[in-house]
Amino acid sequence: MSITSDTTPAVELRGITKAYPGVVANDDIDLVVYGGEVHGLLGENGAGKSTLMSILSGMVQPDAGTILVNGDVERIDSPHAAFDLGIGTVYQHLTLVPTLTVLENLMLGSHELRLDVAGARARFAELAGMLGARIDPGALAGSLSLGELQQVEIVKALWRDTRVLILDEPTSMLTPQGVAELEAVMTRLKERGIAIVFITHKLHEAIEIGDRVSILRAGRRVGGIDPHELHAASPEAIRARIVETMFGEAAAQLAGVAELEVRVEQIEEAAPDRELAHEAALELVDLSVHGGAGEMGVHDVSLTAHRGEILGIAGVDGNGQRQLAEAICGQRTIARGDIRLAGRSVRKLGVPERQRRGVRYITDDRIHEGTVRDMTVSMNTVIKRIGQAPFWKRGAIREREIDAFAQELVDRYEIRTPDLRTNIGKLSGGNIQKVVLARELAFDPTLVVYNKPTYGLDVKTASFVRAQIREQADQGVTAILISTELDELLALCDRIAVMSGGRMTGIVDNGRDAHARVGELMLA
Amino acid sequence: MSAATQPMAPGAGTPAPADGSERARGDLLAVLEPIWQAIVPVILAIVASGILLAVIGRNPFDFYDAILHNGLLTDFGVQQSVTRMATLLLIAGGLIVAFRANLWNLGGDGQWLLAAAFVAGLAPSVVASLGDGLGLAVMIVVGCVVGALWTVVPAFLKAEYGVNEIISTLMMNFIGIALANILVKGPFLTDRPGVPRTDILDLDDRLPLLGNTQIHIGIVLAVAVMLALHYTMTRTPLGLRLRVLGANPRAALHLGLRPKRLTYIAFGASGALIGMSGAVSMLGDWGSFRADFNPAYGFLMVPLVFLARLNALGTIAFVGLFSVIQIGGDTATRQADLPTDFILVLVGLLLFFMTITEYVRIRRAQRSAYVPRGLGAGVKTAVGSPAPGAGAAREGPA
Repeated sequence: MSITSDTTPAVELRGITKAYPGVVANDDIDLVVYGGEVHGLLGENGAGKSTLMSILSGMVQPDAGTILVNGDVERIDSPHAAFDLGIGTVYQHLTLVPTLTVLENLMLGSHELRLDVAGARARFAELAGMLGARIDPGALAGSLSLGELQQVEIVKALWRDTRVLILDEPTSMLTPQGVAELEAVMTRLKERGIAIVFITHKLHEAIEIGDRVSILRAGRRVGGIDPHELHAASPEAIRARIVETMFGEAAAQLAGVAELEVRVEQIEEAAPDRELAHEAALELVDLSVHGGAGEMGVHDVSLTAHRGEILGIAGVDGNGQRQLAEAICGQRTIARGDIRLAGRSVRKLGVPERQRRGVRYITDDRIHEGTVRDMTVSMNTVIKRIGQAPFWKRGAIREREIDAFAQELVDRYEIRTPDLRTNIGKLSGGNIQKVVLARELAFDPTLVVYNKPTYGLDVKTASFVRAQIREQADQGVTAILISTELDELLALCDRIAVMSGGRMTGIVDNGRDAHARVGELMLA
Repeated sequence: MSAATQPMAPGAGTPAPADGSERARGDLLAVLEPIWQAIVPVILAIVASGILLAVIGRNPFDFYDAILHNGLLTDFGVQQSVTRMATLLLIAGGLIVAFRANLWNLGGDGQWLLAAAFVAGLAPSVVASLGDGLGLAVMIVVGCVVGALWTVVPAFLKAEYGVNEIISTLMMNFIGIALANILVKGPFLTDRPGVPRTDILDLDDRLPLLGNTQIHIGIVLAVAVMLALHYTMTRTPLGLRLRVLGANPRAALHLGLRPKRLTYIAFGASGALIGMSGAVSMLGDWGSFRADFNPAYGFLMVPLVFLARLNALGTIAFVGLFSVIQIGGDTATRQADLPTDFILVLVGLLLFFMTITEYVRIRRAQRSAYVPRGLGAGVKTAVGSPAPGAGAAREGPA
C-alpha cells in the first residue's frame, strides 16, 4: 500500500478481523485515515462497514489486528477510550434525549460534579461556528429538524478534542439540501485537519464527498481509490470500477445493477408511455387528515390513480406524505373528505378490511413499524394475516404452513437470512425491506402505497425494489410511490404529484420537462 | 493504495455447514442453558444466606434441612406447598397475560383482595342456596369478574389517553385494598364476635379435596389454566396479537390489530386470573376474609414471572420452588428462632442472583465472539460467502 502523504495517519487499522457465530464480519482489513481527508467507506448492507466502525469507536473488540492512533498502537476497549483518543462517532440512529435541551444533551457525558454551563455554552458556540450551524442551545432536542439534530450529533462527537470523526451513513435521513449542508460541514472540518470516515452505500456520495474511497465487500477490503486517482479519472470510469469491485464483475452486467444510478437521460426508456387503463383504482376526494403531535397534516387533497398506474408523490420529507399514506391504508382516521377504492368508499373501513380489498402499505419505518424485530422471519411474513387460513386453522397456528410460505418468499426475493427462525431484527436493513416487500406483495394486491421504499438501501437492493414496483404495475397493480428522491420518481412514475405544506401543489405527467416542473411545484 | 480487485466467488454461497457432532453439542448446550440459568442462582442464594446464617450464629444446614423438611418432605408440608402454589400460579398467570402485552399490571394486590372480599362475603349464602358444585363455580366466576372489573379504569385510561398504567394500577391498589376492608367491615361483616371478618364458609362447602389429602382442587384448576395460557400465548391468534402489541405497539397499529381492544382484553384477562386466585384462596384455604388481610402475593410474583421469561410452563417450576421456600421457611425460621422475615432475605437473595445471572448471560451473548470450528481453517473459506448472517453481525453490536 503506497502512502501518498508524508504525515502519520490519524488512524491506521491493520489486519482487523472480527467473527460472529457463523459469519466473519471483518476479515483482515487494513484501512488508513489521514487528517484533513474524507475517507469514504463504501459497501453493501452487511459488507462489514458498521462492524469496522464499531471496532474503531470501541463498541466491539476485534478478534485480531491492531489499531494505531497517530502512529501509536492503542487498545480501544470502550467508547470512552475511543473518545479519550479523539475518535468521535455519529451513529446512524439518533442518540439525543428529546426531552432535554441541546446543551443538556451535550453535557450528559460530563464527568464534573457540577455542570459547567457557561463553559458548555462557549464550547457549543465555538463548535457551532465551526460547523456553520445556527442552533439555539436552549432548544429542546425534540423540537429540532432531522438536519439540525444531526448537526447537534456532530457537535456532540466533536465535543472533546476530536481528531477523527466517524459518520455512519449520515445522509440516509437527509433531504438533498440537508446533504449539501452536511457536505459543507465536512469541508470545514477537513480544513481544520480533522480526519473523517464517511460511511455510505451511495456511490455518487462517496465519489463526490470522499477524498479517498475504500470498498468493503463480504467483510474484506476489496479495493480502494487514492486521492490522485479520484481526481484524475472521470466520474463515470470511477463509478464503473467501483460497481465492479462492489458486486463482482458478473454482477455489474446484471440488469438490476446497470440502472444503479438512475439518470435523467434514461428516463425516456425507463418510464415509457405505458398504455394505462382508465378505470379509477383510487380516488381521494377533498381529503384532510390530522397530522398528529407536531407533524404536518393533509389538507384538501384530491387525486385519482388509475389501474396499473404508478403515481409518484414528490416533496420534501415531512410535508404530510406519511399522513396521506396512513389515511389511504386505514391506519389514520380522516378528518374530512373521502377515499374510494374502485369507486366504493372505504373511509369507514379499518386496516384489515382494506387489506382484504387489496390495499397494501410498505411503511417507511420498516424496523419500528413494519416488522416486529424480536419475532422470527417466518412469523413476520404472516403477521398481517394473523388468524387466517392456511396459517391458522381452528384457532391454532400451523407452523409448517408458515415456514413453507416464508421459505417460498425467501427464495423468490433472495432474502439473506441464516434461518427462517432467526429474529428479523438480526437481518440487515435491505433484507428486512425485502421481507416487508414480499409480505405486502403476496396474495394479490390491487393498490400498494410505497413510502420511501428504497430509503437507506444499498444500490442493489434498491434497484431490486424498483424492479418489483414496475413489475407489479405491469400486472395491473396501482402504485402510490412516495419518495424524496426525484430521480427515482422520474424513472418509475407515470405521473408525479407534488406535496408541499400538506397540500397537493400540482400533478405532472412524467416526460421530458417533468424534472423542472416538479422542482417548481416543490418550491410553490 | 490502488484498487485491488480480488477474484471472488459470486455472492450467493452458503456457509460451510458445521459438522454433525458440533451441531448436536451446540443444541444440547442450548437446551441445558435455561436449566443452568435456573440452578446457578438458587445455589448462590443458598450459599449466601448460609454465610449470613452462620454469621448470626445459626447452623445453615439445619435451617435448610428444616425448609426442605417442612416444605417438601413431610406430608403436611408438601400439601401446604401445593395448596399455596395454586394461589400463586393463578396470580402469575394473570401477570403473564398483561406483561406479554407490555402492560404493567402492578395492581394485582388490589384485584386479588377485592375479588377475595367479594367471594368470601357472598360465598356462604350463595353456596347454601345453589349447592356446593354450582355455588363454588359461580363464586369462582364472581372472583374473575371482580378482578377484571378492577382493571377497567387503568385499561380505559391507558387505551384512550395513554396514561401510564404503572401509576394507575398502583393507585388502584390503594383504593382496592381500602374498599375490600370497607366491604368486610360493612356489608359482609359477620355477626359473630371477634376480629371483623366475613361469615365463615363451612369446611364441607369449600373446594373439594384431592383424594385423601388436604390439597383442594385449586391446584388442578391452576395448572390447567397455566397450560391453557401457554397454549393461548404460543399457538392462538389472540396470543400472537398480544405479543405483537407488547413487542411493538406501532407495528400493532400498522398491522391493524386494534391496540385499544387488545389493551382491554389483556387487562381484563389479567385481572380475571388474579381474581380467580383470590376466589380459590378464599374458597379453598381460608373460608373467610379477615379485615386488614393482605398477603401481598401480587408483588412477589412480578420478579418470578420475569425470571421465567413470561413463559407459563417455566413459571410453574419457579412458583413451585417459591411455594416450598415460603411454606418450609415459615416453620424453619421459627425453629431457628429467627423472624419469619428472614425468608424474605432468602427470596430476595434468590431474585438478586437470578437477575445477576441473567445480566451475565446477556452480556456474554453480546460480547461473545469466536470463530466457530466449522469456519476453523479460516476465515478465508467463509468469506467467499458473504450472505447469511452478515447482516446479523452488522446489526448485532449496534
